[in-house]
Amino acid sequence: MKRDRDDVIAVAGLTKRFGAITAVDDISFSVPEGELFGFLGPNGAGKTTTIRMLTGILTPNVGAVSIDGIDIQKHPIAAKMQMGIIPEMSNVYIELTAKQNVVLAGRFYGMHRKDVEERTDKLLQQFELSDRKDDRVEGFSKGMKQRVLIASALVHIPKVLFLDEPTSGLDVHSQRLIRAIIREMNDAGTTVFLTTHNIEEANTLCDRVGIINRGALAAIDTPERLKQAFNETQSVEVAFDKPTDIGEIERSGLVNRTERTGDTWRFYTDDPDALAKWILSFAERRKLSFTTLSIEGASLEDVFVTVTEG
Amino acid sequence: MPRDALLSYLRSIALIAEKDMRIYYTKPPVLMFGFLFPLFMFLSFSLGRSADLHTLFPGLAAMFVFFVASSVGPLITPWEKRAGTYERLLSFPVTVNTLILGDVVAGMLYGIFINVIILAVGMAAFGYSVSFTGVLIIAISLVLGAFCFSALGVLLASPASKNPPNVMLLSNLVRFPLIFISGIFVPIASLQGIARVAAYCSPITYLVNGFDLGLLGSTAIPLLFSWTVLIGFSVGFVLLARTFLRRNLMKGL
Repeated sequence: MKRDRDDVIAVAGLTKRFGAITAVDDISFSVPEGELFGFLGPNGAGKTTTIRMLTGILTPNVGAVSIDGIDIQKHPIAAKMQMGIIPEMSNVYIELTAKQNVVLAGRFYGMHRKDVEERTDKLLQQFELSDRKDDRVEGFSKGMKQRVLIASALVHIPKVLFLDEPTSGLDVHSQRLIRAIIREMNDAGTTVFLTTHNIEEANTLCDRVGIINRGALAAIDTPERLKQAFNETQSVEVAFDKPTDIGEIERSGLVNRTERTGDTWRFYTDDPDALAKWILSFAERRKLSFTTLSIEGASLEDVFVTVTEG
Repeated sequence: MPRDALLSYLRSIALIAEKDMRIYYTKPPVLMFGFLFPLFMFLSFSLGRSADLHTLFPGLAAMFVFFVASSVGPLITPWEKRAGTYERLLSFPVTVNTLILGDVVAGMLYGIFINVIILAVGMAAFGYSVSFTGVLIIAISLVLGAFCFSALGVLLASPASKNPPNVMLLSNLVRFPLIFISGIFVPIASLQGIARVAAYCSPITYLVNGFDLGLLGSTAIPLLFSWTVLIGFSVGFVLLARTFLRRNLMKGL
């Protein structure tokens, strides 16, 4: 497998079949050291199967994965020692306390009891769980359990962190806290591989994103470059102070398609500047006032929808 | 295997076992099928009957070891799959062999802890005079029997179900016939024909044999042969559990 010196994750020709179904179809990519990489895709696209193969939980039919230069199929234990993993369908042991959960994880990675206990106390303080560290996890909220899980994945200071939907179903406070922790770990040099349904999360957090669709890698680049590549989804967003017939705008010859959300209209166009000027003159003629007028570039969500519906 | 790798392997087995002991020893299905059930069976065979308890106790003690040691294994994997902790366990730097042996050790220790008490009480209550050699024979037989039955329990958990009651039901369907074909209630020397052949097919028979020799001083099967068969059953159960568990690893996740 070809691997640049700084690639922490290198994936070559990865394929996984379940009977007649090909869940992941010949995907190849690499993630350099220190990058925060987002992995997006609709439900059933192959995200979880991919992350399970990257983390050695599932064996691919074809292809290879190396973590920091270690082939995970040949040396699974050595490769896993480099990782912190939060699988999607994962949970903490509710019968144990928060501290016992994190200490248990640290000891699986070969940490000495004294070191792991010190590191656990520090992490639980950082995750705002210090005052509950000796309580059984049974009574914790979903957000608190997720924080315990992430602390368990970070306890041995992994070189690469895999997170499968880490903020899914959490309250805003927990989401923000977890995003801040992911960013902090990444700033400290940890390579992060993040799968998420939350496009905005990927947009704000990730250095690069890959989009998987029907098992194949459909796009991979920085969020900004992906948006530029899909600039046919530029639009002008307009809301007027009173109801009006927008048929004339649609017939201007500048609009590709129209979407309505409440009293706001979104006109997709190849030339947002010309369309905005046209709408200004339209409003002047009709003596309308604007409550909203903005030019929108392609969003990552637009890119995602275009790629996965195409 | 290099020394460091071996130590790391053994440490992982100990960690799995420690985790199982903390979490599963007090789960209701384990207490029910591993302690209360054999206790009531023991009492029903011993109270209000004219049975010779002095002769019957080694068999009843072996039955206790069988139930206790094999009660932990069937619960762990389905419980973890249902609770969502199994995939995380697989994500740790451990192998399937580590998971199996950790679970087996947890069941074995549970069997040993409880049965040391049962044997001590029984020896005092029924007035056995046991030599040091007898104690040694009982101790080795207990360890081998507990390991073997715990491995059977782990094997019973290896189907894909993530529903603990289903697995406990399956485990009882296997465990009960084994109890009745073993030489627990009838000495193996008194069995004839197919009943005797069936008794030789049950691993419990060989533990009864070890306890018979340690407590009563006589035995129908040579001791070393009994221990060898118990080791053979253990290896077979672990290898089968590994095969089934690997095949069903991702089912139920």
